[in-house]
Amino acid sequence: MSEPIMQLESIYRSFKKDRTDIPVLQDVNFAVNNLEFLCLVGESGCGKTTTGKILAGLLPPSSGKIYFEGQDITTLRGSARNHYRRSVQIIHQDPYASLNPTHTIYEMLSFPLFHHKFVRGKHQARERVWELLELVDLTPVEDVIDKYPYQLSGGQRQRVSIARALTTNPSVIVADESVSMVDVSIRIGLLQMMMNLRDELDVTIVFITHDLALAKYFAWEGRIGVMYLGRLVEIGKTQELIATPRHPYTKVLLSAIPEPDPEKTRAKRHIQLRSEDIPRLTELPDGCTFHPRCPWYVEGVCDVDVPRLGIPANDSNNTVEVACIPVQRGEELRLYES
Amino acid sequence: MGKMKDDVVLQVDDLSIVYHTIRGDVKATNNVSFELRKGEAMALIGESGSGKTTISLSLIRKLPKNAEVTQGQVLYQRENGEVQDILQLSNRQLREFRWQDCAMVFQGAQNAFNPVLKVSKQFEDTARAHGWSDKKAVRQRSLELLKLVRLDPERVYDAYPHELSGGMKQRTLLALSVLLSPQIVILDEPTTALDILTQRAIIDVLNDMQEKLNFSIIFISHDLSLAAEMADVVATVYAGEIIEIGPVNDMFYESLHPYTFGLLAAVPKLDHEQDVLTSIKGTPPNLINPPSGCKFHPRCRFVLDRCNVDVPALTEDLGSHLAACWNKEAVVEARKEQV
Repeated sequence: MSEPIMQLESIYRSFKKDRTDIPVLQDVNFAVNNLEFLCLVGESGCGKTTTGKILAGLLPPSSGKIYFEGQDITTLRGSARNHYRRSVQIIHQDPYASLNPTHTIYEMLSFPLFHHKFVRGKHQARERVWELLELVDLTPVEDVIDKYPYQLSGGQRQRVSIARALTTNPSVIVADESVSMVDVSIRIGLLQMMMNLRDELDVTIVFITHDLALAKYFAWEGRIGVMYLGRLVEIGKTQELIATPRHPYTKVLLSAIPEPDPEKTRAKRHIQLRSEDIPRLTELPDGCTFHPRCPWYVEGVCDVDVPRLGIPANDSNNTVEVACIPVQRGEELRLYES
Repeated sequence: MGKMKDDVVLQVDDLSIVYHTIRGDVKATNNVSFELRKGEAMALIGESGSGKTTISLSLIRKLPKNAEVTQGQVLYQRENGEVQDILQLSNRQLREFRWQDCAMVFQGAQNAFNPVLKVSKQFEDTARAHGWSDKKAVRQRSLELLKLVRLDPERVYDAYPHELSGGMKQRTLLALSVLLSPQIVILDEPTTALDILTQRAIIDVLNDMQEKLNFSIIFISHDLSLAAEMADVVATVYAGEIIEIGPVNDMFYESLHPYTFGLLAAVPKLDHEQDVLTSIKGTPPNLINPPSGCKFHPRCRFVLDRCNVDVPALTEDLGSHLAACWNKEAVVEARKEQV
């Protein structure tokens, strides 16, 4: 594994609504290693998009530090700050909303090229835009380059969106649910193209999704981080995490997901939660936020202490970090009986 | 009126539907035929714009104003054996048919409740609209159903919709859908937009309900996993046509149509091995000017010369497993190579 290119350190973020603070992220710590495939997964409202926006610098954290290439981004000024802003790009979820309908594809892609002085003159700009469109497999380019977004399909738009993120030669791309709006039959093609970008352009991609199977496919050689109610509850090597999930939430999640195989999915054993209600972010339970639902809840521990990410005592490989006190202690989990 | 087999509740014959739009006629449904048996769960799977919602809306005659049914019939068999063509029902008959014989739960069901009325009121209103005004009996039946969907019956029955979470509303709606004991329940994307753990709860509840109440289900989904989990029969819809239909295991393990085969090869799985996935080239066709011959031919990896000329019909190969393709052998071969 290589050096971290980005690092989040005890990130908190809250939003104000009707004079109450809603804690969307709490104590989030992780590193993005250079050229790794990292995937953040979680259900709606777990804070994965907010984390992505904070990585990309679109949203400041309420507190905590963000490091890019070893430097705290809040201390960056002038050209160093510009370098960070250029180097970390984001691809949004909805290609129908993220492209300006009044600009042609060429205009959209050439604007950042001119702005950051990557090109001089129209001839050069067109050449570079052409290259970028080829890179994202929007070929034949002459059929696409002068079109408006409404003339393209959803999959094609998302490719334009990716090409736009590439205009500034980024080293990190945050892809927020970038294939969820695209039909199943073309989704994998898009994802494979993104995965190839790593090798072709040396960019690190942080992929955010709610779909664990997709996360597994994308980050097979990399890592997955699982989020729940604003906290990272488990992060580790994908193959390890999928085969032996450690955190109770990850276990429950993996057991609940239907699979595209009738016999297998019907034979699957589902772990029952103690409660199906997801707590509101404004009324988070004490201790571990998963404890009111956790099948392996330990009274007097889980409802008191807030678990932080750590390596479980009985794990010698150091491949996974888990935020669960009983798991960290290396205790055998026992189903809670009230 | 055509004859129907005893165990069939719904029979769709040669149904075609066109949407008249400024840009031209959109052929949203083409010669669709299928049968739904009693107590069976059938999944319509397909991508956005494939026409699966159009098919289901036509079953309760809820198509938008610019839609026209150009041919076909939708036969419904009552429990006493009486057969009706839904497309020929009068407005009064239609009002009775909807909800009492066939209920539909729409996508985004969370918004289906009136926010200013208590859940109880909405159950009572539904019952009264169908001539059932004994509030006590309605309450008793409702509480039973709410219990069946694993909710706290008393609490939910007296609650306003905003007091319930998304998953609870979805389950309340499922209870409401079977209030009048319909024979058919149509579900449009029943778990889309719900969280994974809520999805699991809904699937379990639906399986329970179907087992106890024995109604038939038609559900529309783009999620193949949901079909694998819940359906007895799966139909693949592409460009307004059912291109393959069969028992769930046949469809998943022995699919005969290149499109179904391609979809399955594009879905990541959660087992402990690395997935080898391929997507289908090209994009779904425009239904104003669909391709000639087989509508899938421009994207098909097994295309033959005749595919852009002759339209393949849904033909039977193995029992009840039907596929509309000229080159099924190639799909069978390709599967062998996969293993």
